[in-house]
Amino acid sequence: MLSDRIFGLVVTLIALAYVASATQIQTSFLEDPVGPKTFPILIGSIAALCGVIVVLRPDPNPDWPTLKTFGSLIAAVFVLICYAYALKPMGFVIPTAITAAILSYQIEPRATRAILAGVGLSVGLFVLFKFALGLGLVAFPKGWIG
Amino acid sequence: MDLISNLALGFSIALSPYTLLLAICGCFIGTIIGALPGLGPSNGVAILIPITFTMGLDATSALVLMTSVYYGAMYGGRISSILLNIPGDEPALMTTLDGYPMAKNGRAGDALVISGVASFTGAFLATVGLMILAPLLARVAFLFGPAEYFALYLLAFATLGGLASNNQAKAAIASCIGLAIAMIGVDNNSGLPRLTGGNMHLFDGIDFLVAIVGLFAISEIFFFIESHGKNTSIGVVLGRVTIPWKDIWNTRWTQLRSSLVGFVAGILPGAGASLGSFLAYMTEKSIAGKDGKFGTGVVKGVAAPEAGNNAAAGGALVPMLTLGVPGSGTTAVLLALLMTLNITPGPTLFTDQPEVVWGLIASLLIANVVLLLMNVPMVKIFVHILSVPAWILLPGVTMVSFVGIYSLSGSYFDLLLMVGFGVLGYVLRKLDVPTVPVILGILLGGHMEDALRRAMVLSDGDWTYLFRSNISIGFWIVAVLGFVLPLLLRNVLKKPDAVQD
Repeated sequence: MLSDRIFGLVVTLIALAYVASATQIQTSFLEDPVGPKTFPILIGSIAALCGVIVVLRPDPNPDWPTLKTFGSLIAAVFVLICYAYALKPMGFVIPTAITAAILSYQIEPRATRAILAGVGLSVGLFVLFKFALGLGLVAFPKGWIG
Repeated sequence: MDLISNLALGFSIALSPYTLLLAICGCFIGTIIGALPGLGPSNGVAILIPITFTMGLDATSALVLMTSVYYGAMYGGRISSILLNIPGDEPALMTTLDGYPMAKNGRAGDALVISGVASFTGAFLATVGLMILAPLLARVAFLFGPAEYFALYLLAFATLGGLASNNQAKAAIASCIGLAIAMIGVDNNSGLPRLTGGNMHLFDGIDFLVAIVGLFAISEIFFFIESHGKNTSIGVVLGRVTIPWKDIWNTRWTQLRSSLVGFVAGILPGAGASLGSFLAYMTEKSIAGKDGKFGTGVVKGVAAPEAGNNAAAGGALVPMLTLGVPGSGTTAVLLALLMTLNITPGPTLFTDQPEVVWGLIASLLIANVVLLLMNVPMVKIFVHILSVPAWILLPGVTMVSFVGIYSLSGSYFDLLLMVGFGVLGYVLRKLDVPTVPVILGILLGGHMEDALRRAMVLSDGDWTYLFRSNISIGFWIVAVLGFVLPLLLRNVLKKPDAVQD
């Protein structure tokens, strides 16, 4: 109940903000009858309406994970964001090994196996992508190789 | 005969040794992807698209490879459905209803072989249907103007939201999320940026591949972290596999009927493909009556949904190729593939690029035969794939997704967006909001708005133009019915619950 009410409220607020920003879309002298604003405003209005419906008629709550699991989910998101930033400057092998090991540990908390999975996946995928499929990946930061 | 000469053209492309090799590789990889728990046809194909794209294959080869993977994944999905009670995607849920009990009764091998044969029948008949029906529909589709297309897109969203989800309002929200995302970027008509918030990265819009991989593949890892991989408990052990000729022969009418039901359902734009296996199963269940013992592990209960599912997958290609409107998550992913390869589906595809269409159809036929030959004798090998533990598999899937998206654009921004979509997918799935309409919205949003604007240019801003032709009135009626009727028929259309241990 509560989850759906919050969800509906969030959808409505975002949809209204979307409509508001759609009214600010620049128009040019090349104008067609519909223009660039109408369709986004239409979508935003429908979404806002449906958000209100969900607030008024919510479904039962889903099984949310415990607070501890939530913590590890947020940690996983954080690790993935770091990975996204690290992939270019740090090369493929090291960030991939670290990220894969952490994710593996989060699914099944056994340190040795997680480290093995991380290193194995990192090296294995690098060989597969670089040599079998010919993708242009960089293994290590440029400075290391000289 | 047009059909024969077209087919000859198709086979002349698909039977070259190189393409054949691609088809076999695709089938093999596809079956593995389908069998892996946590990967299904839609997310499996989704993470491979960017990689195929970067490999620089030409359009036909890439199409052959990926459709083989797609068909393979449909075959492979039944392995995890039957042995582990884990459906790879939504339509496969129906296979678990009788497949898993059958496996628990010690007939896992029979269930796998029968479902393989039924898949073949369904997919084969559907491909034949596709060959006959698609060119006809393509000819009709030439009559469609922008008003008809606008109504058709609306119909797709309405039936998908109405039939394939439990809550209409949530499905509509999902469609709106997708459409709203599609609006971001430079407007085609005026050339001015829209809703980018001044962010340079958003001027090109959001790549649908980023959204698909995020929503389908990255969100999966969050579910596995939540459950600590408990979903991958080792299920049933597979004994010696023999071919149950008698059962195959006894289910021949079930297979034919289910293929027909599935194909007809699959043609429906929007909800078709996910409906196919459901309707096929329910039809056979009511024909068999109480004595049929559906749900306790009977042969017909395995054959019906598999034939229906695969026939629907083939049927869904009809509106996808002729109108550019996909009928399910997996066909939406295939549409994404076509768009990545710069192939625009629609009636003109059949006249302008017949080699693509008929090459695709020929390779579907070939893939089907290859899959049948591969799946019956090699099923034991594929079963071993099931024992890949989640703590290796899911990090691996994540890394492949990252590399794929990274190799598309080389920018960290797309990777961040992908993680964002992963989180969005997790939240939406938790709240029982379907994610397929989001994908459909991102894929079709631009076309839908274009159709509306062109219609208004033609009519000089007169809104009644949208309801002026009989075809568009028909689409509007079906759209409204498709969205509203399921509300009234909720009890009749209720999906059976999954089998509990």
